[in-house]
Amino acid sequence: MTAAIFYAAAAMGRKVQAPALVASDGFSARYDLDRVRGVFSRPEHKLAGESYRGRVLVLDAAKGGVATAWMLYEMQARGIVPAALVLNRVNPIMVQGAALADFTMISSFDVDITKAIPAGALVEVDPSAERPFIRVL
Amino acid sequence: MRAGQAGPLRQWAIEHQIKVGDYLGAEDFVPVGQAHIMADTESLGLAGVEWLERWAALPREQRLVRIPTITDPRGTDFAAAERLKHQQWMLDLERRAIAAFEALGVLMTDTCINYQTIMPPVRGEHCAYGDTGVVIYANSVCGARSNFEGGPSALSAAMTGRTPRYGYHLERRRLATLLVELSWTPRELNDWGALGGIVGRLAGDYWQVPALTGIDHVPSSDEMKHFGAALASYGSVALFHMAGITPEALRIEDVVPAGLPKHVVGESDVRAFRKRYRDMIGAVDVVVFAAPQLSLMEMQTLAAMLDGRRAGVPLFAVTSPQVKADADRMGLTARIEAAGGTVLSGMCFYQSYAREMAEANGWRRLATNSAKLTNILGGYGYQPALLSMQACVAAACAGGKLGP
Repeated sequence: MTAAIFYAAAAMGRKVQAPALVASDGFSARYDLDRVRGVFSRPEHKLAGESYRGRVLVLDAAKGGVATAWMLYEMQARGIVPAALVLNRVNPIMVQGAALADFTMISSFDVDITKAIPAGALVEVDPSAERPFIRVL
Repeated sequence: MRAGQAGPLRQWAIEHQIKVGDYLGAEDFVPVGQAHIMADTESLGLAGVEWLERWAALPREQRLVRIPTITDPRGTDFAAAERLKHQQWMLDLERRAIAAFEALGVLMTDTCINYQTIMPPVRGEHCAYGDTGVVIYANSVCGARSNFEGGPSALSAAMTGRTPRYGYHLERRRLATLLVELSWTPRELNDWGALGGIVGRLAGDYWQVPALTGIDHVPSSDEMKHFGAALASYGSVALFHMAGITPEALRIEDVVPAGLPKHVVGESDVRAFRKRYRDMIGAVDVVVFAAPQLSLMEMQTLAAMLDGRRAGVPLFAVTSPQVKADADRMGLTARIEAAGGTVLSGMCFYQSYAREMAEANGWRRLATNSAKLTNILGGYGYQPALLSMQACVAAACAGGKLGP
């Protein structure tokens, strides 16, 4: 049986494998996270209460705010950080934050990636492949 | 620069910009005339401050910014830190960050309203601005060109004098992608913010450009400020047009292609937006005017509302150092503080360890007239209510009890 594989239009970072935390919702490190406890803290967020530590976050779009550009680096330094970000749509802040932190991020797919990846599935994200992808293992 | 001949900081900066530009499809760079760096220490953390300090230790010619570079608000007001119950480690970290930025030649303006108080950009000017409210105002109201440049990227632009040419530096990206027809024009700042939130949710991402029609008067700078800040916060939007008002949309057909999806927004939508927040609480523990920092005119309006009254819960008016100096000189600060309020300078409420402040002070329910602040504080454990400035003042003076 062929593993489901989805190709991204843009990517950066290293290959990772981790369980996926999936929601049709946005992402902002400041707006959505309790970065000390490592959980989604915004009550309205579909992942409220969930731990993001070591998980591949599969989400819809980057939200407003610029803090994520610094925060991914800061989270990485403390080891309370997702394994990767997989987004339908990025904004410059996500890209800048991933660049500073040398963080794995891929984005822009032919499908809605939040509907394509099952919640909790073990996934592989490979930004360095000739065609960057996320696939369910 | 890329070979390291201008030093390791400029080498890092240009490599960072190339990495970002490649991801976002930039074909080349564009020179920029000014940079604005967001870097409160809650975002930087110890790791970010140490990273800055490594650069600040370089020889002078290797570490100085190449273009006028200013800053977004700090993570505290040192004069009020004890009142806010900020801890010593927060203040120490802020001082270290300030020292590092000063070593790089950055001007510590500590403001998110630089377009009102420092140097508004000129139409067509390319900039590297690092606050979403600043970017959307500069792009939309001034007709300047900037993307959201987070701290590392704004610093990179300051060091190299350029930024990747993508997004809103490109004319083709500045056309509208959705049309919003208003059947009602807000009058209060919180309603302008609510409208920004509604349009932000309709737009939904950075690459959408809403064009609005039906506005019945030219909004003031403060109205544009609240609308834009909320639109950027709720929708990650960096540019909007208002028919006949904003400089690129004096003729709406110049920016609106045929066949755009149209949405109609009216008074009931704005009321419903506010009600969603208002209905959750019956009283508040604290009242905050911030996000964006208050203009001199807002400070005057607030002072007049507070004259002869007394706040029974903490009331904070957050402004820039530039406005604070004038507010002090003109007696506005004294009037606000005579009513029991506190004027904070050079910081922003949500960029100042808001969760720790809430825990230390017992603040959970908060009233504000800022839709942007309302949007952000939920994740910090607050229950915010979006009210007019008048209703916020009334609540503060009624011991926190919200009126009908």
